[in-house]
Amino acid sequence: MPDISAPAAQHQAPTSFIRKHVFSLDHKVIGKQYYALALLAALSGMVLSWLMRIHLGWTNARIPGLQWLSKNGAPGDVMTPEFYLQLMTMHGTIMVFFVLTTAPFAAFGNYFLPIQVGAEDMPFPRFNMMSFWVTFMAFLVLMLSFFLGDGPTLGGWTQYAPLNAVGAVAGPGQGLGVVLWATSIGLFCIGQLLGSLNFISTTLDLRVKGMSLMRLPLSAWAWFITSCMGLTAFAVLMPACILVILDHLAGTSFFVASGLVLNDQLVPHSGGSTLLWQHLFWFFGHPEVYIAIVPGIGIVSHVLMANMRKPMLSQRVIIYCMGALAVLSYMVYGHHMFVSGMNPISALAFSFPTLVITIPATITVLIWVFSLYGSRLRINSASLFALGFISMFVSGGVSGFFLAQPSIDIMLHATYFVVGHFHMVMGVAAMFGIFAGTYFWFPKMTGRMMNETLGKVHFWLSFVGTYCIFMPFHYLGMAGNVRRYSSFPEDYLQPLIPVHRLITIAALLTGAAQLIFVYNLVHSRFRGQSAPDNPWEATSLEWSTATPPPFDNFGGKHPVVYHDPYQYGVESSVGDYVMQASPEQVKSGQEEK
Amino acid sequence: MGKIFAVTIIVIAIASAIPVVMHTWEAPADVSTHGHLIDEQMSETMLEAGVSFLAAQIILAIFIWQFSNRGAEAKIKTFPGGAMGLVIAALVLVGAEVLALGVFGVKAWADVYLTAPSANAMPVQVQAGQFAFYFRYPGPDGKFGALHPELINEATQNLFGLDPEHDPDSRDDIVTAEMAVPVNKEIHLLMHAKDVGHSFFVRELRVQQDFVPGLDVSLHFTATKVGRYEIVCTQLCGLGHYNMKAYLDVLSEQDFNDWLKKEAAMQ
Amino acid sequence: MATTVHQPPQIDPQRLPDHGHSGNDGGRNLVPGDGGRRVALEYSPPPSSTAMWVVLYAITMMFAAFTSALIVRKGSSLDWRTFKLPSILFLNTGLLLASGVTLEVSRRRIAAFLRNLENKVRNPARWLLVTFFLGLLFVAGQYVAWSQLSAQGLYLATNPSSSFFYVLTATHALHVLGGLAGLGYVIRKLSKSSLRRSTLDATAHYWHFMDALWLYLLLLLWIKV
Repeated sequence: MPDISAPAAQHQAPTSFIRKHVFSLDHKVIGKQYYALALLAALSGMVLSWLMRIHLGWTNARIPGLQWLSKNGAPGDVMTPEFYLQLMTMHGTIMVFFVLTTAPFAAFGNYFLPIQVGAEDMPFPRFNMMSFWVTFMAFLVLMLSFFLGDGPTLGGWTQYAPLNAVGAVAGPGQGLGVVLWATSIGLFCIGQLLGSLNFISTTLDLRVKGMSLMRLPLSAWAWFITSCMGLTAFAVLMPACILVILDHLAGTSFFVASGLVLNDQLVPHSGGSTLLWQHLFWFFGHPEVYIAIVPGIGIVSHVLMANMRKPMLSQRVIIYCMGALAVLSYMVYGHHMFVSGMNPISALAFSFPTLVITIPATITVLIWVFSLYGSRLRINSASLFALGFISMFVSGGVSGFFLAQPSIDIMLHATYFVVGHFHMVMGVAAMFGIFAGTYFWFPKMTGRMMNETLGKVHFWLSFVGTYCIFMPFHYLGMAGNVRRYSSFPEDYLQPLIPVHRLITIAALLTGAAQLIFVYNLVHSRFRGQSAPDNPWEATSLEWSTATPPPFDNFGGKHPVVYHDPYQYGVESSVGDYVMQASPEQVKSGQEEK
Repeated sequence: MGKIFAVTIIVIAIASAIPVVMHTWEAPADVSTHGHLIDEQMSETMLEAGVSFLAAQIILAIFIWQFSNRGAEAKIKTFPGGAMGLVIAALVLVGAEVLALGVFGVKAWADVYLTAPSANAMPVQVQAGQFAFYFRYPGPDGKFGALHPELINEATQNLFGLDPEHDPDSRDDIVTAEMAVPVNKEIHLLMHAKDVGHSFFVRELRVQQDFVPGLDVSLHFTATKVGRYEIVCTQLCGLGHYNMKAYLDVLSEQDFNDWLKKEAAMQ
Repeated sequence: MATTVHQPPQIDPQRLPDHGHSGNDGGRNLVPGDGGRRVALEYSPPPSSTAMWVVLYAITMMFAAFTSALIVRKGSSLDWRTFKLPSILFLNTGLLLASGVTLEVSRRRIAAFLRNLENKVRNPARWLLVTFFLGLLFVAGQYVAWSQLSAQGLYLATNPSSSFFYVLTATHALHVLGGLAGLGYVIRKLSKSSLRRSTLDATAHYWHFMDALWLYLLLLLWIKV
């Protein structure tokens, strides 16, 4: 009798090394693989930023070994302007896609979402495995552009048309480099779509008994909302990449207008629309930055509550705010295009929702901050990074006030003000979210504790260091320092060069501090102190299973959920908390309905 | 360590605010007729952003100071008003701010982008191409000759692709490498992209506008102070982007006419 | 909103699932429930159904992006030249629609077969195979359409209108091939008697979506190209 109503097929425990660690169907292994990829990408992206910063401070500096990274980009180990731009493009692309989208969402989400809903695995483990390997392939294709042709594309991670479509005549890397970039990103989109598939069906369909939607931890909500955003965003970026590849390889003219002249030659394409690329790209690009930060919002909330020993003033409101951010993120993308030549009335139309999106962000911050009131705040590496996230998010967020207004954007567009804004509110904040998640969940994933002292040193150097790097960017921007310049020959930029040098020093030191984290990660994995099942006295489902979780997450027994996920600050038989899966009654405390 | 962290946050917040309050790095003085609205908008936003920034960081720090490492018997308290109070506060405060900034900012934007140039504005064309700006004045006939991209030739310095043989309008066009305008005269700047995207940014004039290949955009402004200002490219256009700049000279009417005559003679 | 102390309901241990999975058992009670709170029965669809909606949504967004690209490109310059659509497209449309009908026929027969093995439904996969074959014919027919166009001198890069024709129809055909792979998977599962109803339904939804999408594309191309 064929089984017509059986649940999603679960897979057998693997036995071979390849099945266990390489081509694994287990969401936990896939999560760790994503984490490793993100770590590799982050270190690469960071080294690229060091090279960029050194060049910006000392344009003619010889950087030993640089010429190995590029055939023509660094003769005599001195960086050329085009190589600077190529490094910059790769830095942005690697960081946005392979770090900020991968680590908080794909890595932690893959590992913990099924466990937090009480499931054995995601419903489509083969698609899940495929999603990792497609993403990994995307990374390889991108890195390949360093070694093929005349190097990576130099058009920035935003790859504006027609620079991205006219071909090699526009500069080094603009031929094969663009095709590789677009192929890599197209593959990345496919990988993310496969991942979103699993995340959404896990959240909606695999919740265990008692786990209503409102009882999901905030991290689970964040991953769910992010995957919904990703569906819409990545499904639009992929066609854009296809069209630009066609402009390169098939002679079409989607993005290349008529009458363009490069090297005294008329460009053969005609009739294309320059702004079309910007619309397609930013329709993806703005939600993408929320895809980068919303998982961090969920993770930070989750980590903070365990360390405050009390729930937030309202989890539900934070969920609504994350949802509002997701929805509004599609209505604001034109704020990247205020001076692009787009209809100036559209500029006003995009400006209003951009200002309005401040509201859910502000509510979230206010709830975090005012939930700290009356808490029993524990200070450890995880909570420090979570609190640091709040500070960074505020700092980076307020500069958004300026950029949201088209009239002010006239002075700040394409300056370092923008670069400071997005590095703080997205780059650093999301990294802090990743660190908070790492310090918090490392014991569960590996069975060992990370070294607290090293964690705190890592925090202090990173917190102070990133402020020293990125706060001055805002001042540079206000003075009119244009971005994406490989050096500063202009008259008015001369007095700013010393500021750049100080920033470079801060960047190198802060970067070095990240190596402490990497050391801590690796050393603790093998030599760390043994971790109990629930070292933080936390309540969500991942803490009610063994450490590390067995193959099917709960050892054949399935939890039943009795409570919402943040029963802290109550009196129970185990302490000041009640776990979600514990049938124990709550003596004094507040359940959210 | 919580208390040290709290102090650090406050120190960083105040240190961040100092360069702003001291005006250490900021835009140069405005030399345009429309720029004061932008500058007012900027100051107002800075005030509101600054207050929000400081308040948020300081309250965060205070709560971290007060409530970190309190000990297991400390009582858990809830901030009065709960979440609803905060939601209302955010809606009211931020909503008001948003409304104010948005509504009052419309005028500054409209002045630049939603008003047409006046009929007697002086037309000047600027062409952006990898990696230089070139300018064209219509000459005594007041008309610009047509552009023929296929005729562009760096070697013969036919930078705009003009066809003086067949096109009489272009015979008296004046092509220059620097831009000059008379002071207190409205300029209608016609912007043409030769190859890829570029942008025109003059800080003192409070103007920034992208060139769009395939679409000729324009803007208008009036310079109010004689001086020499830098025009820089702000849209990534290739390896020479960092070096793509030109000078704008705002001259008295007399000086401008002299300059134009000199340039015309060199065509 | 504090709740008072309450007793969780007595969970009958025999009712607890021994193999945890989603609410295919019809519902899931909120635990605990007190007198004042509604005990919600949450229906949880099979994951393949949710997944299929996700997939169809993403495909919709992709073609929405292509559509807006087409509209913008057409309006951005005067070089758009319309041309007559190859007539075989209408035959292909008929094939695809027919395959939708045969798919529905096969779905009912297979559902009957799965419910009741004594019912002598011989060869329950027959109509599925017909559907598969019709789908294959559709793709072949699209290839003929492309050949007809290129015989007229209309290639991918000839004109933006032809560019979009090829891009839209080729992307659709690629997704139809994906649908064929799904049908093949269903046929294989059926032959091994391990086909789940939810899988069959999800595949059918995908196939019908390809139908509807094609009608939309045909309309778009007819109007604009």
